Amino acid sequence: MKPGFSATTVLVLTFGFAFLYLPILILVVFSFNESKLVTVWAGFSLKWYGELMRNEGLKDAAWVTIRVALLSATLATILGTLGGLLLSRFINFRGRLLFSALIYAPLIMPEVITGLSQLLLFVALDWARGYWTLVIAHTTFCMAFVAVIVQSRLAGFDRALEEAAMDLGATPAKTFFVITLPIIAPALVSGWLLAFTLSLDDLVISSFTSGPGATTLPMKIYSQVRLGVTPEINAVSTILIAFVTLGVIAATIVQKRQLVLRAREARAD
Amino acid sequence: MSAMHASPRKPAEPWNDPAAVPYIRLREVSKAFGPVNAVDRISLDIHRGEFFSLLGPSGCGKTTLLRLLAGFETPTGGVIEIDGTDMSAVPAHRRPVNMMFQSYALFPHMSVAQNIAFGLKQDRLPKADIATRVDEMLGLVQLAKLGDRKPHQLSGGQRQRVALARALAKRPKLLLLDEPLAALDKRLREQTQFELMAVQERLGITFVIVTHDQEEAMTMSSRIAVMDAGHIRQVAPPAEVYEFPNSRYVATFIGDANIFEGRVERAASDSVTIHSAEAGRLFVDRSVASPVDATVWVAVRPEKIAIAAEPPADASVNCVEGTVFDIGYLGDMSIFHVALAGGRRVRVAQANRYRLVDRAITWSDRVWLTWPPGAGVVLLT
Repeated sequence: MKPGFSATTVLVLTFGFAFLYLPILILVVFSFNESKLVTVWAGFSLKWYGELMRNEGLKDAAWVTIRVALLSATLATILGTLGGLLLSRFINFRGRLLFSALIYAPLIMPEVITGLSQLLLFVALDWARGYWTLVIAHTTFCMAFVAVIVQSRLAGFDRALEEAAMDLGATPAKTFFVITLPIIAPALVSGWLLAFTLSLDDLVISSFTSGPGATTLPMKIYSQVRLGVTPEINAVSTILIAFVTLGVIAATIVQKRQLVLRAREARAD
Repeated sequence: MSAMHASPRKPAEPWNDPAAVPYIRLREVSKAFGPVNAVDRISLDIHRGEFFSLLGPSGCGKTTLLRLLAGFETPTGGVIEIDGTDMSAVPAHRRPVNMMFQSYALFPHMSVAQNIAFGLKQDRLPKADIATRVDEMLGLVQLAKLGDRKPHQLSGGQRQRVALARALAKRPKLLLLDEPLAALDKRLREQTQFELMAVQERLGITFVIVTHDQEEAMTMSSRIAVMDAGHIRQVAPPAEVYEFPNSRYVATFIGDANIFEGRVERAASDSVTIHSAEAGRLFVDRSVASPVDATVWVAVRPEKIAIAAEPPADASVNCVEGTVFDIGYLGDMSIFHVALAGGRRVRVAQANRYRLVDRAITWSDRVWLTWPPGAGVVLLT
């Protein structure tokens, strides 16, 4: 034990982590339960995962979720990158403060408000709610996260790199695609992964903006739980947790590697 | 780069030839950032093949001037011509100019060879030609074996060479260098100065270099423009800037100078006599465009002053008397700080021609400082 790790800190840590992760651990463990009762252990089994494969409702929901997440993460990355570029490159333009506030607002806006306002918008526009309204809604709030990540990467970007490319004869557009984009690519990747996981597990905004035939997995789980928890839900939740965890880990690794690279560049300077 | 054999420097002086057509012409060029004029109505001619230095303290506008030439900044007034073409409507990527950046700006995701090939690729040169040129450039900067390395795997000096090779790869007629040696340590910097000069002479390219290091500018330049607060104070070859500064600013910015204020007593066609309250009568053997009684300044370089423990035969002109206040021993020379009767300090530099064991002149000694009529320079501003 390192000095500084007193009995109290260990105790606090244990309770803290237990409080955070024990419920999730129990959920995962009971997804492998033989029994139909969620609270009684009756031996290891994969039968609920098999059951899941036969549940068309859940499978549909999963498919919708993934399609929404893939598309909205991609759109959010494109739009968020443009927003981040604008904020870090154009220091002085009328309404810059307002623009940055508008970009960052979804980060702090209560999801209920965001979801409700989008619902009202879609109703006012008389758009049928379903897959596309879900994509639009998810893109909107994921975009803000991507913009933050891209802007922070661009803050440490040496503008002379772009000037050097143009000086050597590359047009501004070519410079962006050949120099700027490859250098900030890791930020885009981690932004995309973050957007993907955010979209994957969103419930509130999805509930407001989806319609018949476009139920996402979190929505499906939530509605089924109201009728009683089945081990099937545990199984699907476990899969969802695995997905999100992988996404977050991948995003972290990408960002870490970028940090290491930058540190190495800085050291060589 | 030591493999290159530099031809002796030719003392061509196209700026003194009224028939010569300048390669770069700046006419009344200004650049304002908000209320600040970083460059203020500068007019300047730079000739083909020059090694031209923009020298000044930080914030004097020298980098802005360079960026105006490169096309990264648009002038708020005036005209820039390169090779007879008005550059106003020409964006950076179409100018016949390449630049070497202070940060080197090497593309971190490309190898050394790819960095050097970048400009050639933009010109859509055939692959084989690009490969040949890249090899040639790697040879020129002695990095032949490092073509596959990434920039972060190189030392500072090596990166500097890659930046130079990349800027030269397109064979520009004009190369702009922004503090190219600032990131190198002293020894490497001095060596690289001579290498840059050798490359410039060998390739016959016009160099415009920005620097705040006066020694660097003195060593390398054909001419120096001394800048201050958006203006050019003097443009001249290094020796002229040093020996005949045109203002107190230039006299003190380049090297060291003792400046005495005085009034013109007698102005002849080939000389001028000045009376100074702090230094007595001063005589300079050059005419000056200033009426009798006007306030002027006389600058005398420390190394042009002789120091003696005995009064000279004629102490009436170019002679001050004082007490040694401080001595700085620099190895090759000693700097004497002499306090005059009025409290004014004068710096005198003496080469240590003999090994210094017992100083002939030491602290608190009474000394006489003298200089010949050709040593002083009369400054009107």
